Amino acid sequence: MSGDTPLLTVRGLRKHFLVRGQSGWGGKQRLHAVDGVDLFVRRGETLGVVGESGCGKSTLARLLVRLIEPDVGDVIFDGAAVAARGGISVRALRRAVQMVFQDSLASLNPRLTVEATIAYAPIVHGAPVAEANRRARAMLAQVGLVPEQFADRYPHELSGGQRQRVNIARALALEPRLLILDEAVSALDKSVEAQVLNLLLDLKDELDLTYLFISHDLNVVQYLSDRVLVMYLGRVVEVGPVEAIYERPAHPYTRALLAAMPTMDPDARADEPPLQGDPPNPIDPPSGCRFRTRCAFAEAACAAVDPPLAAVDGAGGEVLEPDHANAGAHYASCLMSVAGSGHSRAPARIGVAA
Amino acid sequence: MTSPAVDIDSAPATPVRPVAASARGYWRRVGRRLSRDPVTIVCAAILALIFLSAIFAGHLAPADPYKTSMLDRLKPFGFRGHLLGTDELGRDVLSRLLYGGRLSLLLGVSPVVAALAVGGFLGTVAGFFGGAINTMIMRTVDVFYAFPSVLLAIAISGSLGAGITNAILSLTIVFIPPIARVSESVTAGVRNLDYVGAARASGAGLFSVLRVHVLRNVLGPVFVYATSLISVSIILASGLSFLGLGVEPPHAEWGLMLNTLRPAIYIDPTVAAVPGAAILLTSISFNLLTDGLRHAMDVRA
Repeated sequence: MSGDTPLLTVRGLRKHFLVRGQSGWGGKQRLHAVDGVDLFVRRGETLGVVGESGCGKSTLARLLVRLIEPDVGDVIFDGAAVAARGGISVRALRRAVQMVFQDSLASLNPRLTVEATIAYAPIVHGAPVAEANRRARAMLAQVGLVPEQFADRYPHELSGGQRQRVNIARALALEPRLLILDEAVSALDKSVEAQVLNLLLDLKDELDLTYLFISHDLNVVQYLSDRVLVMYLGRVVEVGPVEAIYERPAHPYTRALLAAMPTMDPDARADEPPLQGDPPNPIDPPSGCRFRTRCAFAEAACAAVDPPLAAVDGAGGEVLEPDHANAGAHYASCLMSVAGSGHSRAPARIGVAA
Repeated sequence: MTSPAVDIDSAPATPVRPVAASARGYWRRVGRRLSRDPVTIVCAAILALIFLSAIFAGHLAPADPYKTSMLDRLKPFGFRGHLLGTDELGRDVLSRLLYGGRLSLLLGVSPVVAALAVGGFLGTVAGFFGGAINTMIMRTVDVFYAFPSVLLAIAISGSLGAGITNAILSLTIVFIPPIARVSESVTAGVRNLDYVGAARASGAGLFSVLRVHVLRNVLGPVFVYATSLISVSIILASGLSFLGLGVEPPHAEWGLMLNTLRPAIYIDPTVAAVPGAAILLTSISFNLLTDGLRHAMDVRA
């Protein structure tokens, strides 16, 4: 594989859940959990994924490790399509992509010791039990837990931070190349969270890992990520290098999220919430741009046209090609950054302006 | 704390552990907890005595449990070597109690074991796979809930006819729905926990996930629940015998003894109360033992 192929490429990934209607009777309704997501993760980088609760972040994570079957869409890992002819099997994918869950207690089997939990995956993949246990102890040491002290403990005998270290060790026991962290530090105390974040940074260097880091905490994402992807109602609304997203957010939703970040400066505190209300119901998402119902800049064009992911910097109007994984590219899905889109704030077309 | 800065030298040097140590460690823990629980130990001891006395009834019984005596009917405790008196046909009550334990315990335990196998399997399958399989199994099970358990046992026994095998069969059918229901709800709860997802995400096959992650967490609560049904089973079996649907005379069985001694309540209530006391003692012991087991087997407590 060439060094330029992204480690993970996702094209048009979609998952609609069929849910029972509100009355409990009649036909089922479609919940648009993940609705056409394109993304790529480059080797060795950390892609942060942010968004409100219910925007499809966790569904995306579960789709990527195939805990949920996607309706449509391609997942290409290291140049090989997953579960497709000529590609790699789901089992092979699960060796190379591992996941750490948010709830550190629920993600550990209460009946298994720490050692048995970590050794389970290598045993499943054919390692002899003694070898797997040795690996488990080595992994414990790697995540900063003394094997002699922790190997025989049960999950309920550990603190939240220790449990999440065990979860990380469990995920790393298969020597994956991509680690998906689904709100992995969100439930921890701030001081413990910082320790675990630093552990993650250390492990990334030592083990040559690539992270997909899902969080609703913008500070943590900024600290950890190379690139950031913003999700809203099952769609990608903006993606780009971390500095570009935090300093020059192009999508009104990203701006609102950043404005909602708590600040230490009392004078800079916002009195008004930057976003009003809840996201619309994903069972019946708005036409056109999904954010238009809460957007201060919404115009008639926004209801008619579904904005594509288009380049923000430089010449506007270029639509995202996931294959040309350019680490510096900054894309937003807003008509205001698409030239000639009909929105009054859209940039003029090149050539027309000249 | 989570800090890795622990002095490794001060950590206890553990020898190389045998591979299965973690599973054995769990049961050692359970044993240690049980040993600190006097009520459970006493109940276990009482049940052990009851089981042993039933097994060795042939050696322990002071008299032939079937030998009648028209002259010594309904004699009080201690009458001419009859430690617990005699029944309405002059048979030695203690001997009949010891022999009766065999059938009563058989009728108490075997339906529960059989129902645990069938109901546990049905419930786990329904809970784990969900969807149409769940609906099919659980709605069928629900049909049995339409009848009170005593009525159901009587109805099945009545249609199959009296006899020990039929009594066991009818009690098994009575116990399958509640055990299936409990297994189903526990399994459905476990199935959605992240550790099952993590196991699947690590590439484990269905069978391995079921065995290691689902069954291990389902078996404990279901087993404890099933144990609590043993006392119910003994009482229901006694009821069937009492109605003439279980064990037939002249066999000795506690419920049947209670039935045949019933008219004697007006002559000597103490003699009539003896088999009832045996049923009470056994079922209370099973209930308290169950509570103790539940507590000891819950690693989180």
